[in-house]
Amino acid sequence: MNTATAPAEAFNAVATAAIWTTVCTLDDLIPRTGACALVRGKQIAVVRPNDSDQLYALSNYDPFSKAFVISRGIVGDKGGIPKITSPIYKQGFDLRSGQCLDDPTVKLPTYPVRVVNGQVELLA
Amino acid sequence: MISQKNLVVIGNGMVGHRFLELAVEAGLNHSFNIITFCEEPRYAYDRVYLSSYFSGKTAEDLSLLSKPDYYQANGIHVHLGDKATLIDRAAKTVTSANGVTLSYDVLVLATGSFPFVPPIPGNDAKGCFVYRTIEDLDAMKAWAAKCTTGVVIGGGLLGLECASALKNMGLKTNVVEFAPRLMTVQVDDGGGALLKNKIESLGVKVHLNKSTTNIAKKDDGTVDKLVFADKSELPTEMVVFSAGIRPRDELAKSSGLLMGQRGGVVVDDNCRTSDPAIFAIGEVALHQNRIYGLVAPGYHMAKVAVDAIGGAPKPATFTGFHMSTKLKLMGVDVGSFGDAFAATPGSHVVAFTDSKNEVYKKLVLSPDRKTLLGGILVGDASTYGSLHQFMLNKVALPPNPEDLILPVRDGGKPVGMGPEHLPDAATICSCHNVTKGTICDAITQQKCMEVGAIKSCTKAGTGCGSCVTLMKDILKYELKRAGVEVKNHVCEHFPYSRQELYSLVRLHSHKTFEALIAAHGTGLGCEICKPTVGSILASAWNDHILEKKHAPLQDTNDRFLANIQRDGTYSVIPRVAGGEITPDQLIALGVVAKKYNLYSKITGGQRVDLFGARVEQLPFIWEELIAAGFESGHAYGKALRTVKSCVGSTWCRFGVQDAVGLAITVENRYKGLRSPHKLKSAVSGCARECAEAQSKDFGIIATDKGYNLYVCGNGGMKPQHAQLLAADLSEAEVIKYTDRFLMFYVRTADRLERTAWWFNKLDGGMDYLKDVILNDKLDICAELEREMQHVVDTYQDEWKTAVNDPQKRKQFRAFINSDAADPSVVMASERGQPRPATWDEKVEIMSTLVPT
Repeated sequence: MNTATAPAEAFNAVATAAIWTTVCTLDDLIPRTGACALVRGKQIAVVRPNDSDQLYALSNYDPFSKAFVISRGIVGDKGGIPKITSPIYKQGFDLRSGQCLDDPTVKLPTYPVRVVNGQVELLA
Repeated sequence: MISQKNLVVIGNGMVGHRFLELAVEAGLNHSFNIITFCEEPRYAYDRVYLSSYFSGKTAEDLSLLSKPDYYQANGIHVHLGDKATLIDRAAKTVTSANGVTLSYDVLVLATGSFPFVPPIPGNDAKGCFVYRTIEDLDAMKAWAAKCTTGVVIGGGLLGLECASALKNMGLKTNVVEFAPRLMTVQVDDGGGALLKNKIESLGVKVHLNKSTTNIAKKDDGTVDKLVFADKSELPTEMVVFSAGIRPRDELAKSSGLLMGQRGGVVVDDNCRTSDPAIFAIGEVALHQNRIYGLVAPGYHMAKVAVDAIGGAPKPATFTGFHMSTKLKLMGVDVGSFGDAFAATPGSHVVAFTDSKNEVYKKLVLSPDRKTLLGGILVGDASTYGSLHQFMLNKVALPPNPEDLILPVRDGGKPVGMGPEHLPDAATICSCHNVTKGTICDAITQQKCMEVGAIKSCTKAGTGCGSCVTLMKDILKYELKRAGVEVKNHVCEHFPYSRQELYSLVRLHSHKTFEALIAAHGTGLGCEICKPTVGSILASAWNDHILEKKHAPLQDTNDRFLANIQRDGTYSVIPRVAGGEITPDQLIALGVVAKKYNLYSKITGGQRVDLFGARVEQLPFIWEELIAAGFESGHAYGKALRTVKSCVGSTWCRFGVQDAVGLAITVENRYKGLRSPHKLKSAVSGCARECAEAQSKDFGIIATDKGYNLYVCGNGGMKPQHAQLLAADLSEAEVIKYTDRFLMFYVRTADRLERTAWWFNKLDGGMDYLKDVILNDKLDICAELEREMQHVVDTYQDEWKTAVNDPQKRKQFRAFINSDAADPSVVMASERGQPRPATWDEKVEIMSTLVPT
């Protein structure tokens, strides 16, 4: 298990229409942190900025370090803008839009996310 | 003009203008018609900075009027370009060159002085100038344009200013001085010699002991050369006389006022002349047989006269003035104050000369060496403001007053010269008579947050400017005291410094970030304040950092109890206390590294670092390391890292104590302590210092009698030697003082501030630290020890807890919905070990993973 390799289909992304996928329960997400979900080959950071069921989803890929690490960043705000900070070089990203707050030319893809009966679902 | 009494002021120089300003402030423009005669074609301007006219400043720049219409706006009538020529004291009238006759009720003479031109044959040659007015400067400028060489006669303060002006105009410049040194009034032989060297190194030739007997003219009447008493000659195309000033007292004299034998209008302590209706201020006034040729005493006289005329309830008086000066001549600092020549009977002198760095400093101390009487600073006058204040306020000197002028050694602190030593009544700006109290009020009440604001609010620093450095210090100190130093706030979410947050956490027993931000902050927090508070909470209460309430605060290294690397994998460093490791443990490390394909490297801190672990592998790696007797090395935390040791007396033929044993004790005591930044330590078994303890945050070196404890050293970016805190300690004392030292650092340092930086900012330096740690000056040592003991008693191996608690262990997965590994982590091989693949090496897989 510790050295598990992913099932091949998980990464062989198929260019089909996005569908809602359940990834975890709301309780699995520690408030004020992020976690990474793997959905049809995409690595998606799901962020829970507070105790409520309000969630954000954006790409886990950090274009500055070129590593998949965004979900491991610290969650907070900058002047009221909810953000997550890359753990490698500390750029901030607007949770709502994926816009990098330190470099206007960089924007992370975002994904629709919802909570249905305590289950977290991503559209990807 | 409404029917009132007339107040007539003759002269609109710096002092005349200051008088008018103060008169307006005192409301005299309501009880008097104020009229002034100004001989020059422009209103008062700043003569102190006259030489800046040659480096680009305009006459407008030099104007002293706060607004161009200042006089009109305040009802002051100025006869510009008109010179008063006659005072009829019986009729109480003044008549001017333009034929204006005015009656006066009160008359103020502020006619100033004129440059003294020595009676040398040829002093009327074309090309001879004086240096006093803007017109003089214009004439000099026009002439200099045709010249290549120039001479200033007179090596005093103004002469050197003038030499600087000639040099700025591109002339080969000479200074000729009759006396054996420059600036005879302000500087002694030691300072004078150094000043001469400095001035000459700047390209101005200085001729001392030269008496000019003749100024030879060419046929066309222009200056040709100077001829000296010793028959030597100095060819030149231009001469500027700067041989002192003489009071412009002809008007006073002709009106029959009491005069000094060598000129000057005699005044009393209220600046009143022998005629009670007439006052004299500035360079024309002779007080106690003395003329004051500086602006500060002139300004004070202006104040005294205004008080006397306005009938102020507590009038200021003029009782003499320290001839203190600070100026920058051609970039050379010169300061002189008080009894600079040690004329006081029984006084002591301490002096410091450094010919290489061209610094001369001298202090004159009272016979009991407790107060400062005066001093001279050449080459570095940065401490002029403080020293001058020490003298004026008779502040008690530190036990070794020479420390005030000796250079500070690396890591040392300047001796107590801070503005906090000055009383509120201390006059900071003597030109405008502004006290420290007034400046502090401007800062705290008027919210002046920068020197410029204080200047416009109080006028301090707008005269000669010598107090500006001191004003900056006061501002800094007051802002710090008021806690308004914005820079110090950790971030936008908390209006507090780390030290203040630490106190709040302790004071209110806040146990979580949420409680703290609800009570004392705003917003959600960020990557700055969260780890800071996480660290503070850990220092104070020592919960496991991955408790659900604390996990969101941790930076990724703490969050995953390992060090993140460029590709998102982690490195793992188990603790190897004191660097002592068994063969079985070495084997276990090898087994783990091989099994998980980890790159292995020996660290600088006598440990082994295993790189390339994926996040989901971490708990499995730890489990195996724990089974082999390892625990977390906290390499990921702002915490105690390693206590390095040499092998000590057990093996080494030179060792005098068991360095390894003590290192293990120390490392095990402080392991897990969260601090503002990482902490490194070492123990050396003898003075050979093989463990390099003096480069550590705290280092221990064995002696015959025990141990010496050094603190606040640093390697890294800015190496700094640790300093001795205490010598010949027992093991128990080492622990006691280290407990106190570390907790004091944890309590007071800024975030990410290593002990060395913290120490460098510590007021009072090592003496202060010793007082706190050894002598318990702050009465906190028992508390510090108790706090440290709590951390020691609540230690847990963070890895073990994380591995054994399912809730915490769950967080160590690449994906919340899969046990898969991150496919973007790809290793290549180099020198027989793994390393992260470069982008080119893994471009194929990455192109399928990176979102577009």
